[in-house]
This record gives sequence, structure tokens and C-alpha cells, in this order.
Amino acid sequence: MEAFDMSLVNWSRAQFALTAMYHWIFVPLTLGLSFIIAFMHTRYYKTGSEKWKNTTKFWMKLFGINFAIGVATGIILEFEFGTNWSNYSWFVGDIFGAPLAIEGIMAFFLESTFIAVMFFGWNRVSKKFHMLSSWFVAIGANLSALWILVANAWMQNPVGMKFNPDTARNEMENFAEVLFSPTAINKFLHTISNGYVVASLFVIGISAWYILKGRHLEFAKRSILVASVFGLLSSIFVVITGDSSAHNVAQIQPMKFAAMEGIYEGSEGVGLTTIGMVTPGKRYDNNKNDFVFALKVPKMLSYLANRNSNSFVPGINDLIDGNKDHDIIPISERMENGKLAINAFKEYNNSEDAEIKEGALKTLEENYQHFGYGYLPDKKSAIPNVPITFYSFHIMVSLGFFFIVLFGAFLIFSAKQKIESRKKWLKLAVWSIPLGFLASELGWVVAEVGRQPWTIQDILPTMVSTSHLSTSSVQVTFWAFVALFTVLLIAEIKIMLYQIKSGPKNMED
Amino acid sequence: MSHLALQQYWWIIISLLGSLLVFLMFVQGGQTLVSQLAKTSTERKLLFNSAGRRWDITFTTLVTFGGAFFASFPLFYSTSFGGAYWVWILILFSFIIQAVSYEYRTKPENFLGEKTYNTFLFINGLVATILIGIVVGTFFTGSDFSVDKLRLTESGNNVISQWEGPAHGLEAALNLTNLSLGLAIFTLSRILGALYFINNVDNKALVHRASHLLKFCSIAFLVFFLLFTGLILTGEGFAVNPESQEVYMEKYKYLHNFIQMPVVPVIFLLGVVGVLAGIYMGAFLKSGKGIWFAGAGTILTVFSIFLLAGFNNTSFYPSTYDLQSSLTIQNASSSKYTLTVMSYVSLLVPFVIGYIWYSWKSLNKKKINEKDINNDDMAY
Repeated sequence: MEAFDMSLVNWSRAQFALTAMYHWIFVPLTLGLSFIIAFMHTRYYKTGSEKWKNTTKFWMKLFGINFAIGVATGIILEFEFGTNWSNYSWFVGDIFGAPLAIEGIMAFFLESTFIAVMFFGWNRVSKKFHMLSSWFVAIGANLSALWILVANAWMQNPVGMKFNPDTARNEMENFAEVLFSPTAINKFLHTISNGYVVASLFVIGISAWYILKGRHLEFAKRSILVASVFGLLSSIFVVITGDSSAHNVAQIQPMKFAAMEGIYEGSEGVGLTTIGMVTPGKRYDNNKNDFVFALKVPKMLSYLANRNSNSFVPGINDLIDGNKDHDIIPISERMENGKLAINAFKEYNNSEDAEIKEGALKTLEENYQHFGYGYLPDKKSAIPNVPITFYSFHIMVSLGFFFIVLFGAFLIFSAKQKIESRKKWLKLAVWSIPLGFLASELGWVVAEVGRQPWTIQDILPTMVSTSHLSTSSVQVTFWAFVALFTVLLIAEIKIMLYQIKSGPKNMED
Repeated sequence: MSHLALQQYWWIIISLLGSLLVFLMFVQGGQTLVSQLAKTSTERKLLFNSAGRRWDITFTTLVTFGGAFFASFPLFYSTSFGGAYWVWILILFSFIIQAVSYEYRTKPENFLGEKTYNTFLFINGLVATILIGIVVGTFFTGSDFSVDKLRLTESGNNVISQWEGPAHGLEAALNLTNLSLGLAIFTLSRILGALYFINNVDNKALVHRASHLLKFCSIAFLVFFLLFTGLILTGEGFAVNPESQEVYMEKYKYLHNFIQMPVVPVIFLLGVVGVLAGIYMGAFLKSGKGIWFAGAGTILTVFSIFLLAGFNNTSFYPSTYDLQSSLTIQNASSSKYTLTVMSYVSLLVPFVIGYIWYSWKSLNKKKINEKDINNDDMAY
């Protein structure tokens, strides 16, 4: 099982990471800004005030510019599951395809139908229908996030299915388990609230820039008030859902959890690292210290992982070499069991003898939970990249807490009507726009790099998921995507900056 | 419902989505007409804004078509997308450049300039329609792939479904049947685009030019469409033995399908008559109603072509490399459980069509004119 074409796997991986990360620049803003616009639109509907109308229109214009490139970068992702991950589509398409189809039927049509009404309905449809259309766009965008995150969560925590050796694929047995798995719920809530934070930072940052320039003061203050309330509530929610997500990861994906915290040796009553530096060159099989330095909150990690501050948290070494005291099977044993499962699958299909088939099926079912380990070339390959996962996680968490402080401060300034005098905070808000996007991307990195080498946790490794393509084909499309998406991103930023510099129309304030 | 009934139900849904997609590609057809119809920048803007208010519905239908195909026939998804890599990548690239072009084309500081975005829209109209037609053509002509589930147990090369040719789908363009369908879809999308402009644009000169151009597009369409129909009805097809599920070649298979499923030729002929009636109304009467006749006709015709490919013991995605690797609605479908769940979801479809219809009517109550787009700061 060693002769995998790793260059094809890595280029396929790189292409998916590239397209997903580009897409993920634009989506969080869409998720949050759509609700902010719907709220502003409702204010206009209720008050009839031209100020609210123009405020809504300004943010709507920026939304449109962002939405277009979000759609452009999104279409490829759905089809990439087929183009670059053919074996994956075969192996789990019976489960994974359903949320993607539901996303189209339930969410994309809602979003795309009403986005046309939202943009072009100003003098064509009734004011009420127009305002409702803005809400439908927001609901559609967020519903689409629900379904794609249900699909993603299922890859991290495969539930509600059974392997069928006759069709060589996993088949769905319980849709409710897939939809309501704790991983799916946490992932959805954490991700959309992160989108609301990104959008709130975007609105506050741009409004802060206007105040610093002494332009559109009323418009900017109005926008800051809406965004700081929305942002504060969302950022608190992000921390709550982040906590439950991490708890869920500790239970379902202990290796990812160990990588997030850079722990090699497990123990009881483990502290949570707030700031730290992973020792360069540290591997599971050497005796270097885990950290060059680390500032820890005592026992906090044990509490986070198991809701018990004295509990045992396994490290990477425990998960690789096993730990009898805590019932952790060594990877080498899981690899052996995985090979048993793969061979039993082969025997089941090759034999005509009913008795042999039955025996093979029994072996397969008993060992199926280890199926993917049978493909691993060595036990080291079960470890994700620790420094990337660790730093991404910690920078993301730090930014999350910083955003709460920022939103809280702006809400207080808004309430006291003292925003103009807070020049340093205003500058900080402008610079926080990219930080919102950064935190969002890092969250994705933690989720996706941390779960390597799996496309389906424990069942299917990335190296067995690809299509039968030459590496050079994937290299060509990778660079084509780099070029195209980068050009489009430059266009988007230039258009956006011009619109921001021009400012809202018909606003004397 | 039995598993087979669910498989048939889902093939009908896929056929319906496919036919809706072809109708909605009037947006793509319209994009290829702009440079021929518009003489001034205002006219160009009018046409792009007319088609542009519908681009995302077509786009969404394509994405939903892909998602529904994945959910209901995942083995097709795995085989076709991973195998015919280059065709699908080209189709997707053409949609990526479309998605930004409307929004960015006239915005200041748009980096690439208006002409580039207009060219992107033309490329999308040309490439997407022809290549999607070529891919659907392979439903009748077959592709070079093999399927072996036991590859999963091999080291190294363990991809279950593999393309056996080096061109990864591009070879399909060299087949006359595929190419004639590709060009038929392209010319049909231009017909529909012209009819949509006649319906939606309040500008006499443009309507006049659109109705004139319609005549030429229609002649080209009829040539390619008749060629495709003639070739598949007189050629061999991929039949499936219902008992053994063995796939074999059958002379006049698709003609037999027509005869053995008499409702299909009725739908087909009704569709063709609808398209011709729509063309007549647009080309000779300059009537805005032409799009509805030709649109309904397109949906019926394409729907019947999909039924021809998948029903009556026929392989809908045949392999010419290894006949027994061919995909049928039975061997490529999802499990009974998944199809049942998805069938409940499909009950939402009439509701979705209902709100699309309502919002479409609300926005299209009056035609768009120069004044509209000049006063609209959201205009493309």
C-alpha cells in the first residue's frame, strides 16, 4: 500500500486548498453583510427615511461586488469533488451528495432569485416585497452555509452510514444523524457567527475611515451603531461555539486536538497554552521539549476537552504508540486492522463461496472503523502538520477575544456619542478589517489541515481520494486558478476601494 | 416506492433540471449576440442589463443540476467529472469568468476594462453551450472509461473509475454526433437569447435586429439539430439486458426507445413544434411571446432527449472502452434510503419554481429601457 503518487495527491490538495481559501475570503462577508443590509433595509421600510435608504444602498453595492466573486470562486468547489476527488465521490457520494443538492434546491435559488429583486427592485416591486427580498437573500446565504457545513462536518465525524461491500461505497442510513450531529451544529453556528464578525468589522472599519477623513459622519455613526451591536453579540457567540467546537474535536478527532495544542505527551490536568512557541524540529519520535516557551492557564485544557479539569488529554505520542491505561490503541494496530478490513473486502468480492463471503463480511464489519488506516504507509503519516495547526488555532483564538474588546469599545463610544475623538480606536478599526478575514481563514486552516491525513475521518485518507489524472494536468489547472482568481481578486479590491472612496451617494452628512 | 421507481423518478428530475438549464442558457446565447446586435454603447448596456438580471438563475440551475446529479447518481459524478476532466474544467472556467463580468464590467477601476469583461461573457456563451452539448452527446455515443471497484484494494493505482484516453474528455469534440448536439445547443441558446431580448427590451431598433438575426440562427440550429437527431435514431445504441444487466450494442436502439415509449416522441414533437412556433413569432411577428413558446418547447425537447438516453433499459453514460463499465440509472444511483430522503426534499421544487415565477413576473412587469438603466445606480 505504499506506491501512492504523492505528487498528484499533494497537487490535488493544493488546488482544493487554493480554491477553498479564495472562496472563503468572500463568503463570511456575504453571510454577515446580508443580515446587516436586511436590517438597514427594514429601518428604511419602517421610517421611510432617505438616509436609511442610501445607507442600505451603499452597503448593498459593496455586497454585490463581493457576492459576484464569491459565486465565481464557489462554483468550482462543488464540481471539484468530482473532477479531482473521483474516488472520494464514489466512496461517499451516497451521503455527501445529498447536502450539496439540498443546498442548491433550498438555498441557492432563494439567494439568487431574490438578489435580483434586491438589486433591481427599487422602483419595480412593492416596498414590502423589496424589503423581504433582502431578508430572503440573507436567509438563503446562511442556509447554504448550513448545508455545506453539514457536508463538511460529516467528513470530520462520519455518522449515520454503513459500508456496502457490493457497491464499494458508504451508504446513508440515518439522515437525521448526519444533519444533527454535534459536529455539524457546532461547525455551522461557529462559522456563520464568524461571518457576522467579519462583516461587522468590515462595516465598522470603513465607517471609521470616513470619520477619520471627516466625511459622511452621520452615515458612519449609524453604520457603526448597527455593526457594533451585531458584532458584539456575534463575537461572544463565536467564543461560546468555539468552546463547544473544540470540546467536540477533542472527543471525535483527538489527533487534531493534540496538534491544535501542540501536545506530544498526554497527561492529566493539562494547562491551556495562551501564548507559546512550538520547538522547531520537534517530532513525535524525538525527545525535544514541546515548546520553546509557553504561557499556560492551569488545567484549562483538560476542562475544555472533557469538561473535567483533572481529566487526561492524550498527546500525539499516546495516539501514535497507544496508551493502555486510557484504552488508546496504537496506530500500528489500527493499520493492521485496516489492512484486515481491506483484504476482507477483496475476499468478499472475489469469492463465490457463501461461507467465505460471510466470514469476510464479518471481518470487514468488525474492522471497518480502521479501514482508512490500512492505506497509511507508516504511523507518522497519521500526524497532521503541528506548527501550522497550532499557530493557526492560537492566532485565531487571540483575535476572537480582541474583536470582543473592539466591538464593546465601539458600542460604548456610540452610546456616549464620542466616536470622533477616539482617533486611535478608529485607526485600529480600519486595520482590523483584514484581521477579521485572517481569523476566518485561520479557522478554516485549523479545521482542514488539522484533520489530515483524512478526507473521511479514519475511513478514507486523502491519498486514496483522488481522481486518475496526471500530476501535470492538476498543475496546469492549479496555476490557471492562481492566475485567474488573483486577477479577479485584484479587480474586486480595486472596484471596492473606488466605491468606498466615492462614499455613499446623496449623503450630505 | 421501489428502488427502481425512485431511480426513475430521479432520472426524471435530472432530465427536468437539464432541460431547464438548456432553456435558461438563453442568457449565454444572449451574451454571444450582444456584439452583433448593439451598435452603440447604450444599446450594449441595455442588452447586458436585460440578460444580466437573469444570469444567476442559470448559474444556480447549473449548480443545482450538478448537486442533484451527485446526490442521485453519484457514480456518474465520480466517473464523468473525474474522467472528462478537461471538458468540465473548461465549462467551469467559462462560468467563473461569467460570474464577475456583469457586476464588474462598467464599474470604475475594474482593472481589466469593460471590453475584457464583455469578451468573458462572449466566451462563456460560446464555450459553455457547445461543451455542455458535447457532454450530453456522449450520453448517446459513449466515452472511454473503465470501472473496477476492486481497484480500491490495490496499491498505487486505486481509483475505481478511470478515464482510459489521454485527452480526458476533449476527444468527445471530435465525434460528429456530439459536435452536432453542441452546435445545436449553441444555436438554440442564441435563438432563445434573441427571443428574450425581443420580449424584454424596449428598443425598436434592437428588436428589429434581433428578429432579423433570429432567422439565420434558426437555419443553423435546424441543420445541427436534424443532423444530431438523424444520427442517433439511425445509429447503434447502448442497450441493457433487464435480467442480467449486461450492456450490449443494439442497432436503432434510440429509435426503438421512441417506438417503445410512445409518450417520448409525443413530448419531443410537441417540443419541436413549440420551438418552431416561438421562432416564427419572434422572427416574423416580432412578438415578445415567442420566448415562452420556444422556452417551453426547449424544455420538452431536451426532457425527451434525456428520457431517450436513460429509460427503457438503456445505459445513460455508456463506456466504449468496456461496455460492462457503462452506467445505467440502476447501477449508478444512490441507495434507496438516500433517494427516498432526496425525494422528500424534491417536494420543495414546485415551491421554488413558484417563487422564481413570482419574482420574475414582478421584475419583468415592464420592459427595460435606456432611461431605466441610466437612472439605476445598480445597473451593470
